[in-house]
Amino acid sequence: MTEHVIKLPDVGEGVAEAELVEWHVKVGDLIREDAIIGAVMTDKATVEIPSPVDGEVLWLGASVGDVVAVGSDLVRLSIAGTGESKAADTEKASGETLAAARQEVSPPATITEPSVTAAPAAPAASVAPADKRSSAESAPRTPLSGAPRGEGERPLASPAVRLRAREAGVDLRQVAGTGPAGRISHEDLDAVFAQGPALARAPGRQKRTGVDEIKIVGLRRRISEKMSLASSRIPHITYVEEVDVTAVEDLRSTLNAGRRQDQPKLSFLPFLIRAMTRAIDDQPNLNAHFDDEAGIIQQHAGVHVGIAAQTPSGLMVPVVKHAEGLDLWGTAAELTRLAEAAKAGTATRDDLTGSTITITSLGAMGGIVTTPIINHPEVAIVGVNKMMVRPVWDGSTFVPRKIMNLSSSFDHRVIDGWDAAVFIQRIKALLETPALIFIES
Amino acid sequence: MKDISCKLLVIGAGPGGYTCAIRAGQLGIDTVIVEAKKAGGTCLNVGCIPSKALIHAADEYESVNAMARGGHPLGISAQGPAIDFAKTIAWKDGIVGRLNNGVAGLLKKAGVKVLVGWATFTDGKTVEVTTELGRQVIRAEHVVIATGSEPVELPFLPFGGRVISSTGALALTHVPGKLAVIGGGYIGLELGTAFAKLGAKVTVIEAQTRILPQYDPDLTRPVAKHLRELNIDVLTGAKAKAAREEGILVETAEGAESLVEADTVLVTVGRRPKTAGWGLDAIDLTMDGPFIRIDDQCRTSMRGVFALGDVTGEPMLAHRAMAQGEMVAEIISGKKRVWDRVSIPAVCFTDPEIVTAGLSPDEARASGIEIVVGQFPFQANGRAMTLGREAGFVRIVARADNHLVLGIQGVGAGISELSAAFSLALEMRARLEDVAETIHAHPTQSEGFLEAALGALGHAIHI
Repeated sequence: MTEHVIKLPDVGEGVAEAELVEWHVKVGDLIREDAIIGAVMTDKATVEIPSPVDGEVLWLGASVGDVVAVGSDLVRLSIAGTGESKAADTEKASGETLAAARQEVSPPATITEPSVTAAPAAPAASVAPADKRSSAESAPRTPLSGAPRGEGERPLASPAVRLRAREAGVDLRQVAGTGPAGRISHEDLDAVFAQGPALARAPGRQKRTGVDEIKIVGLRRRISEKMSLASSRIPHITYVEEVDVTAVEDLRSTLNAGRRQDQPKLSFLPFLIRAMTRAIDDQPNLNAHFDDEAGIIQQHAGVHVGIAAQTPSGLMVPVVKHAEGLDLWGTAAELTRLAEAAKAGTATRDDLTGSTITITSLGAMGGIVTTPIINHPEVAIVGVNKMMVRPVWDGSTFVPRKIMNLSSSFDHRVIDGWDAAVFIQRIKALLETPALIFIES
Repeated sequence: MKDISCKLLVIGAGPGGYTCAIRAGQLGIDTVIVEAKKAGGTCLNVGCIPSKALIHAADEYESVNAMARGGHPLGISAQGPAIDFAKTIAWKDGIVGRLNNGVAGLLKKAGVKVLVGWATFTDGKTVEVTTELGRQVIRAEHVVIATGSEPVELPFLPFGGRVISSTGALALTHVPGKLAVIGGGYIGLELGTAFAKLGAKVTVIEAQTRILPQYDPDLTRPVAKHLRELNIDVLTGAKAKAAREEGILVETAEGAESLVEADTVLVTVGRRPKTAGWGLDAIDLTMDGPFIRIDDQCRTSMRGVFALGDVTGEPMLAHRAMAQGEMVAEIISGKKRVWDRVSIPAVCFTDPEIVTAGLSPDEARASGIEIVVGQFPFQANGRAMTLGREAGFVRIVARADNHLVLGIQGVGAGISELSAAFSLALEMRARLEDVAETIHAHPTQSEGFLEAALGALGHAIHI
C-alpha cells in the first residue's frame, strides 16, 4: 500500500488558481483510474479532474467553494501498490483469492455517483434490516415516506392519532405505520415530527418554517463579487431614451428575407452593435476601462462588445471582439457562434473576457426600463428593453410605430450626463435612420 | 324586534343541531339556536327515545304474559296481567320531558341563546325567525342547517285519522286492536313488534321479498322467526293499494287482491329530508338528490353555510348527526377537522336486536377484498343461555391478508350494547388478533365477539 497524491493540475488558460465547485468522491471511496474525482472552476470555465490511478480516497484537500492553487495537493489516495498485478499473475492459481481481490478492488456501484451531492433522504422501504449497511446509514432517518399502502387505501390509525395528525397538519397518507397491518402509532407520528416540518404535509396552504443555506459557489460567486464591486465602486447614471425602430426592423426583415444560405438570421443586436461602433467613433471615451486605483482611463482602440447572456449555469458575457472591423453579417455570425458556445459551455476563456463596452438584453422579457449595472471596469452599458408597437403622433394622425427603449448606465465619475445623452441620441438617430449606419462618413 | 348578530346560528335543535350548539358554546362561540318545537328533535321527541320506552314496556308486559300463559321454563307463574296504557304513555312522556329539559339546560349552561320559532332564510347570512313575539332577524357569520327529516306519506294514505306515522304511533292513547304496518323496515318492525306484545293483532306489509332488506338474510332470519312466534303476519312482496273502511287493500306477491283488516294503519315507508318551508330557494344550495350536498367538513355549496344530520342523507341516524355537529362546531372555532370516521354503527331494536358496523361480508367482497369471516352463535354462549335468549350470533369480517377488521355484525337480545365494542374495534383499526387477545369478561354475551374473532383466526374455543 502506498500513498498517491493528486495535485490540482494546470487547467490551462494561464490561471494560477481555481475554485473547487464539486467533489465526486468522499473519504473512504474506492476509485478507478480516470474516474472523475471533482471539478474546479476557473474564471470562466469548469474543468473536471480525473484520477490518474486506482485507489482509496484517504484525504480531500479542499472543501467546495475553496480556491485552490494550481499544483497544490487536492486528494491523497491509498493505492494497492503491486497488489493488483499480483492478483493478475495468480489468476489461474487461486480463484478464491481472485474473487477476494476483486471484491476489494472493484468498487461498489456507489463510487461513480457524485457522493457529495447524493444526499437525498434514503427512502428505505421498510424497517426490516435486510441490508445492515444501508439501514445503519439511514438509521437517523427513520423511513417515513413511501408508506407501503395500496393506491387509495386509507391509512390505519386510531382516532387519537388521526386527530393529532390533523392538528399538526400531517397527512397520514404519507406516513408509514410500523404497527401490525401497517397501523400508524403515536410513535410513528413522533418520528414524523422529529424529522421536521417538511415531510408529510396535508394538502392545502401551510405555514413553512426553516431556512435553507445555499453556499454561493462557482459562477454564482463570481457574479456576486463582480456585481458588488461594480455597484459599490461605480456611481451609476442611468439614461433612458425611446427609439423608433420601425425602419431598422423593416430593413432587418428585408435582409432576412433575402439572406443567403450561409448567412445567419439577423437579430436586432448586430444593428445595435454597428450603431454603437459608429457612435464610439465620435466618442471613444465611452469605449474604455477606468482603473480607479491608478487613476487612469484606458481608452481602447478596438471595440470589444460584451453581450450579457443568460445560460443554464448563470449570467455570462461572451465578447464580440473588434466589432469595428466586422460588417453587419460578420457581427451576426460572431454573435451566433458566441451564443451557441456560451449555451453549450464550450466558450473559451478568450471568448468570455476582454470586453470594453457591454450590451444587456432580455429580448421579449426586456421590460420597459432597466437600471443596468456596468461591467466593471468598463464605463458604459447599453440595455435593450422590449419592442412594442405604439401609436405615435406624426403631426396629423396617429400611426403605429415599433418603439423600443434603451436603458443605459454610465460611470458618472468619468462620463458626464451630457456625454451620455449625446451617445444615446447618436445611437437613436442611427437606428431610426439605419441607412446612416452604413454610409461612410 | 332588534336584529340579532351572532357568529353561529343553528337551525333545528335535534341531536345534530343541539350537539353543534353546545360544543360551539363550550368553545366560546357566540351561538343562537332556533327550534320551532321542543329541543331534542325527532330522536328525543318522536323517535329513538319514546319508541325505546314503548318497546321496553311491551317487553316487560310480554314477559309477564308469557308467565301467565303457564308452562314457563323458569317455573314462574303469574295471573291476570294488565296494562294501563295511558300510564305507560305518561311514563314515556315523562322521560321525553326530562330529556327536553336536560337538553335545554345543557344549551343554557353552554351559553347558547335558544329562540323558539320558525326560521326562514333571507340569504346565506340572514335568517328571519317567526316567534310568538313577532319577527326576529338574525345575522350570522356561520349558519348550520340541521332541519332533520320527516316520515314519508303514501299519496293514497295521507296521515290523519286511523292512518298514522311513527310520530302518531308514539302518541296513541290506546293499544290498537288490529294494526296494519306498511313498510317492513326497522321503524315499522320495532313499533309493530311492540304493539303486538301489547296485544294488537299486527300485520306487516312489505313490498320487498323480505323484511329489513338492507340487512343480509342471516341477520334478519332470527327476527323473522320471532315475528312468527309473536303471531305477527308478515306479507312480503305485497303492495298496499288503497284504504278500505275495514282495513287496507293489498296486492299480494301472487298478484291477488286481499284485505288486511285493521283499525289502525301505521305507514313507515321511509323518511325524507325536511328541505321545504325554511327558504332553501333563497340560498340555492347544491343538492344531492333530495338531500343537501355536503363535503367532508359538512360544508354546503355556499360559503359559511353548513348542513348536517338527516337533511344531508343516509344513514339518518342521530349519532351520525351528533358527531357531525361536534365536528362542525370545532371547524367553526378554527380547529382542523374533517369527517374521517371509519364506522357509523346502526342498531335495529327489533326482537332480537340487530347491530351492524363497518362492511358486511358481501360489501367487503364487492369492493374486491379477500376476506375471512368468523361467526359465533349465542347458542354456545353461557350468558345467552342464562337469559333464555339464545337466538342470534356475532359475526366479524376481516381482511385475509393482514386481518384488519372491516366489519362486525350481530343479532341477538340485548346486543345493542355490544355496538360500542364493535365500533371501537373498527375505529382503532383493530386486527382480529387485537380482539382475540383482549380479555372479554365471563359470563357475558360479549364473549361472542371474542369467539367470532378467534373463529376467523381458525381457533374458536367454544364451538
